[in-house]
Amino acid sequence: MSSELKIKMCGLDVKVSYGKKRALHGITLNILENKVTALIGPSGCGKSTFLRCLNRMNDTIEGALVTGKILLDEEDIYDSSVDVVELRARVGMVFQKPNPFPKSVYENVAYGPRIHGLAKSRVALNEIVEQSLVKAGLFSEVKDRLHDVGTSLSGGQQQRLCIARAIAVSPEVILMDEPCSALDPIATAKIEELIDDLRRNYTIAIVTHSMQQAARVSQFTAMFHLGNLVEVGTTDTIFTSPQERRTQDYITGRFG
Amino acid sequence: MLLLFFMKVCMSVSGIIIIVLVLGFAGFFLSYARACAIVMQGTKMHSRPHYYGLWTFLLIIVPSLFFLFFWNIGSNIYTERRALTHIPYAAAGDIIHQHNLILSTIRNLVNRLPKHSSNMLNHQLNSYASLRDILGQKGVVLDVQGKNYMVPIVIEWVSGLKKLRQTGVIITFVLAIIGFLVGFSETKVKKRARNRVERVILLGLLVSSTLAILTTIAIVSSMLLQTISFFRAVPLSNFFLSTAWNPRFSVMTFDESIGEFGLIPLLVGTLYIAFVAMLFAVPIGLFSAVYTAEYATPRARDVIKPMLEILAGIPTIVYGFFALIVVGPFLRDLSAAIMGGNHAFIMAQSVLTAGLVMGIMLTPFVSSLSDDIITAVPRSLRDGSLGLGATQSETIKRVVLPAALPGIVAALLLTASRAIGETMIVVLAAGVTVNLTLNPFEAMTTITVKIVNQLTGDLEFNSPQTLVAFALGMTLFVLTLLMNVFALYIVRKYQERYE
Ligand SMILES: Nc1ncnc2c1ncn2[C@@H]1O[C@H](COP(=O)(O)OP(=O)(O)O)[C@@H](O)[C@H]1O
Ligand SMILES: [Mg+2]
Repeated sequence: MSSELKIKMCGLDVKVSYGKKRALHGITLNILENKVTALIGPSGCGKSTFLRCLNRMNDTIEGALVTGKILLDEEDIYDSSVDVVELRARVGMVFQKPNPFPKSVYENVAYGPRIHGLAKSRVALNEIVEQSLVKAGLFSEVKDRLHDVGTSLSGGQQQRLCIARAIAVSPEVILMDEPCSALDPIATAKIEELIDDLRRNYTIAIVTHSMQQAARVSQFTAMFHLGNLVEVGTTDTIFTSPQERRTQDYITGRFG
Repeated sequence: MLLLFFMKVCMSVSGIIIIVLVLGFAGFFLSYARACAIVMQGTKMHSRPHYYGLWTFLLIIVPSLFFLFFWNIGSNIYTERRALTHIPYAAAGDIIHQHNLILSTIRNLVNRLPKHSSNMLNHQLNSYASLRDILGQKGVVLDVQGKNYMVPIVIEWVSGLKKLRQTGVIITFVLAIIGFLVGFSETKVKKRARNRVERVILLGLLVSSTLAILTTIAIVSSMLLQTISFFRAVPLSNFFLSTAWNPRFSVMTFDESIGEFGLIPLLVGTLYIAFVAMLFAVPIGLFSAVYTAEYATPRARDVIKPMLEILAGIPTIVYGFFALIVVGPFLRDLSAAIMGGNHAFIMAQSVLTAGLVMGIMLTPFVSSLSDDIITAVPRSLRDGSLGLGATQSETIKRVVLPAALPGIVAALLLTASRAIGETMIVVLAAGVTVNLTLNPFEAMTTITVKIVNQLTGDLEFNSPQTLVAFALGMTLFVLTLLMNVFALYIVRKYQERYE
């Protein structure tokens, strides 16, 4: 692979258990800068679990225990010196179901900048909100409805609002957990397009159940199965000549 | 002999109910067995076998028991009406009042006759004294003041009722048999027993819910009638605008004035005490709800939640004791100590005492209701906020509580309406003297206390002094109704926002 690739995040032998149940059995995986990495695999194989490790959302789950190392720019995010608040500002997350706050569109986007004190003035805040909405490809659609409640938007718009909300705190990495699974095909196409745009400025890891989506938006693909990483490689290789039988079976729809 | 006894039991109302039920179960099993037999032969029936059984069961018991119920009510009314026409005009006079009195004496007599004694009352018996003698031998003591003309009426009444009852029992039995025959013969492949059973169940549910509503309407309208008759005697302004409370029992004093019934001091007292109570209950309850819903470990939650729910079940009279015996004297002594020992500026019965104890009582309500509402805020909203780097307390303050706010407001309104209607604590801890003040250390009284006051003791139910209780009750009802409706409105309006 060419030398310009830089490792943004890196999991080293990541093991996760929920109580007594082991969900990940030692995952080692790189997330490359300014690339989209797709995590695929059958349900329950631990994709979401791994994704949540990357910004320590597993901390919020009762009984979840994470071991191993996860590096962000060569720094272990599970180190006790790391501030979770700051980490989550650098590694944002978009969830499976659009979850805008029951506040106005404007307030949804302004939420992150407010709690992190990113805007010095009202004008600066307006600027951040507008820019984030523009980057999320939503501004033209909602510029007259900034003060409508966020939940009044359509499902696809809500999900782009959630992306705008994540962008507003200027993260370096954006994690997306099946961001299109609750959306119709047209809204899905819009989001996929958006992901491709966002890649220029952000590093993205996306969990998806749609092979076509993985093929369309990602440059790298990691195949999970039963809490193990089966194989990882460029999306092209994974989809055209996978090394592992299980990957082959999964992407051709024989199980999962 | 045994057979005769059995016949007698069958002819009684409770006997026929048992018989109908037994028939019903028999019908169930026979139809069920028949349906099972058909299925065993390999034919597919429209419904599962137990639906045929249930349908037969319903056919047997529902029409017959309904009939029995209404027939008995009807025959009671009928016999009473008939007896009424037999009361000699001269005895009744033209005063309706007296007429009713005679009727109730006769009804009393009828009720005191021992069961099954109507046989021995032959028709020659026509003086009240001889009736008394005969019954006296049986151990039934009658009033001395009966009149002779009452005896035939009583006998007529008892025997008429008995005949009607017997007819009713027979018809009931026939209806049950018909139901059985119809149900059993309808146990056929094509019959849609399931749909029918389902419809009957639906109807039953509908009747139950309307019954509850009708009862409420009946209670309210009877209260409304009393309220109206109160306002016939007392002008509206006397009640709503006056600040004086002095319901004189003027019947005794030959005084023209009827006394003063000022609602305002009572209303102010009610609202003031409720306000003080909410002042204690809302912050404590809310904070504890936030703790149990957001911070407590599942183990702590499993202990704290049930404990709060037990607290919510303590009868309010117990809180009243607590206020009267512990809190009130404590506050009084405390204030005396502060003032150097001689002048207690907090009275033992005071707004503060009642409000404080009521607040303790309401705290578990607030926290339990709010906890449910806060936990109902979807996890995805919390995740969204935490995922943006908000801390837990920021998430609670900026996302969870705002999302839960409509529900919490509604819960607080419900709690407030409880505070307003609360009786036992204020009866014991707030005082009975009518007092219009803003000093929380003095005693005030409330609407509920005055209702209790006006209705205790030996009173006639047509003087304004007692009727005012209904006007007060109505006021209270309207007040809490408005609050509950408003709470419901808020919940309805905002609940869809999560989705
Ligand atoms: N909060 C949780 N508590 C307990 N077990 C969990 C929790 N979340 C996930 N798991 C378990 O961890 C495994 C991996 O789950 P997940 O990462 O959600 O799978 P995926 O996203 O690939 O479908 C599953 O077996 C699941 O049952
Ligand atoms: Mg998942």
